[in-house]
Amino acid sequence: MENTVKDMEKTVKDPSQIKGWGVDADANNDPTYPMKNRNNGEHEGYSWERPPQQPRSVEILHSNERPNVSAVFGTSTPPAGLSGMIRRAAFKYSENSYGHWLPLMLADRVGVVEGYLEDLSRGHVPNIFAERGWKAEWKHNRKSLVTRVVVGAVIASAAVAYLRSGSNDSKPKKGRRRR
Amino acid sequence: MLAMNFRGPLRVRIDHKPMPEVLHPQDAIVRVTRSCICGSDLHLYNGSVPDTRVGMTFGHEVTGVVEELGTEVEKLKIGDHVLVPFNIACGKCVFCQQELYGNCHESNSQATAVGGIYGYSHTGGGYDGGQAEYVRVPYADVGPTVIPEGMDPDDAVMLTDVVPTGYQAAEMAGIQRGDTVVVFGAGPVGIMAARCAWLFGAGRVIVIDHIDYRLEFVKNYAPCEAYNFNELGDVVVFLKRTTDWLGADVVIDAVGAEAAGRAMQTLLGRKLLMQGGSATALHWAINGVKKGGIVSIVGVYGPIDTLVPIGNVVNKGLTIRGNQASVKRLLPRLIEHVQNGILDPKALITHRIPLEEVSDAYRIFSAKLDNCIKPVLIPPSARS
Repeated sequence: MENTVKDMEKTVKDPSQIKGWGVDADANNDPTYPMKNRNNGEHEGYSWERPPQQPRSVEILHSNERPNVSAVFGTSTPPAGLSGMIRRAAFKYSENSYGHWLPLMLADRVGVVEGYLEDLSRGHVPNIFAERGWKAEWKHNRKSLVTRVVVGAVIASAAVAYLRSGSNDSKPKKGRRRR
Repeated sequence: MLAMNFRGPLRVRIDHKPMPEVLHPQDAIVRVTRSCICGSDLHLYNGSVPDTRVGMTFGHEVTGVVEELGTEVEKLKIGDHVLVPFNIACGKCVFCQQELYGNCHESNSQATAVGGIYGYSHTGGGYDGGQAEYVRVPYADVGPTVIPEGMDPDDAVMLTDVVPTGYQAAEMAGIQRGDTVVVFGAGPVGIMAARCAWLFGAGRVIVIDHIDYRLEFVKNYAPCEAYNFNELGDVVVFLKRTTDWLGADVVIDAVGAEAAGRAMQTLLGRKLLMQGGSATALHWAINGVKKGGIVSIVGVYGPIDTLVPIGNVVNKGLTIRGNQASVKRLLPRLIEHVQNGILDPKALITHRIPLEEVSDAYRIFSAKLDNCIKPVLIPPSARS
C-alpha cells in the first residue's frame, strides 16, 4: 500500500542540541553486554542465605517450579469458594502448562460471580455504572456514551419484540376451533 | 482505610479495607501520598492477566511516608518520605545480587518468571498495592528510597516505574550514536523511552501510535517524529522507506498486550484471550527492524503463548531483549537526571484525581478520555 504520510523528513535536525544528548552513550553496550552485574552466583545453585520466612497466616499457593514458598509473600485475597478450588487444581500444573493458566482464567471469571454474591450477601447492591466509571464517560465522552446506550436499548428492544412475536405465533389464535 | 477494590473486568470501586500490618521483620507500612495508575494496570483492569482475584487492590507506582517498621529494618525511619520501586526485591538472592531486582526469587511464590510486584495479581505475588491510603512494603531496606530534598513528589512517583522502564527500554536497545530508534506506543513509558533514546546518542527517534493527542505530546516532549499508524498504510513498509529501505537500528515495544492495529491479533489477544495479548506492536517491531538489529520489549504480555513471526527473528539475526525494569539499579542515575533537569517526568502527569474517584480515574485512563496521559491518585491525607 502506498504511504500516505507526507512529512517523512527528520523533524530533529541536530540531536546534539537536545538536552542530555549522548550523556549515557556506551559503546560497550552492544547486544552481548549484560544488563546485570555478572557474578555467576547461579552456578552455586539455590544456596544464598535466605531472608527470614514470613509466617503463613493464610493459604498460599506456590508454583511447582520452585521447592518452597518465597521468604515473603502477599496475603491479599486467599483462595476461597469454587474459584479457590479451581485455583488449587491449577497450581498442580507448572507455569509451562495450559493446565495452569487456563483454569486460572476460569477461576477469575467464577470469582466475579462470587463477588456479586458476596456483595449481595452483605446487603450491598453493586453500582455497576459507578464501578465502570460511567460518570467520567458522561462528563468527557457523553455523545459516545449516549450512542452506545441508545444502540444497546434498540437492540435489546428488537430482541424482546422478536422473541415475543415468536411465542405469539406458537400459540393457537382465539376463536379458531381445534379438530 | 480507603482502598481500590477490583470487582471484575472493567469494574473497580473504592472500599474500606483493613489496615495493612507488619507481617515480616523487614516490612514497613507506608502512608501513601501519590499512587499512579500504570498502563500495565489496564491489563489487570481488562481481565487479561491470569489469577487477578476479585477483592485485590492494584497500584505499583507509589510514594508515601513511613508509618511503621519491622524489627530488622535499619535504613529507614518513621516519617521518611520514600518512593517505592514497583519491584519487591530481597537484595540477597542470586538474581538481586546481580542487580536483576525485577527477577527476585524470594518475593513471588506463585510464579517463577517474575519477581513480586505490588498490586499486580497473584501472578505477581499476591500483594495488595498502593492505590489505597496505606500499603505494606516488604524488604524495606532494599527497595524504598528516601525522596531527595527538594524533589517534587510528582517527579518522585514517576521514578518508581515510568522513568526506569522507559530508560531501561532504551538501555536494553543497545543504542549507539546515530542510531535510528523506533518506539511503538506513545503512552507514558513510550514517551519516556523516546526521550531517553537521545541520552544514549540516538540520531533519530520515531514514535508510532494511533492516539493523536499523545503523538502531539511526544513530538514536543521527546522531541521526535511521531506518526499515526492509521495514516501510514503498511507500517513496516513505512519504516523501511524512511530508513533507506534497511529498517530501524532498534525498535522498542512499549505497548504490550493491548495493542491495536491488526484485526487478527486484536481478536485472538484482546477479545478471545487465546494468547498472551495482542502482539501487533511486537510483530511490527520484528518486521520493521534492520537485519542484525535489536528489539527491546517493555510492553507487558500475559504468560501464555503469543503469536509472533519468530522465523523472521532467526532469518534476520535479531537480538531480542526484555525485562521488568530493575528500578533500584537505575535510580541513582535517574535521580541525577531529574535533578539536573535532563528529565522532566512530572510533565507527563495530566490528571491528579482523588483516590475516592478511582473508578472514574480508571475509565479516563483506559478510554483515553480528556487527553489523559498519566493519572495520579491522591489519598485524602495527602490533599490536606
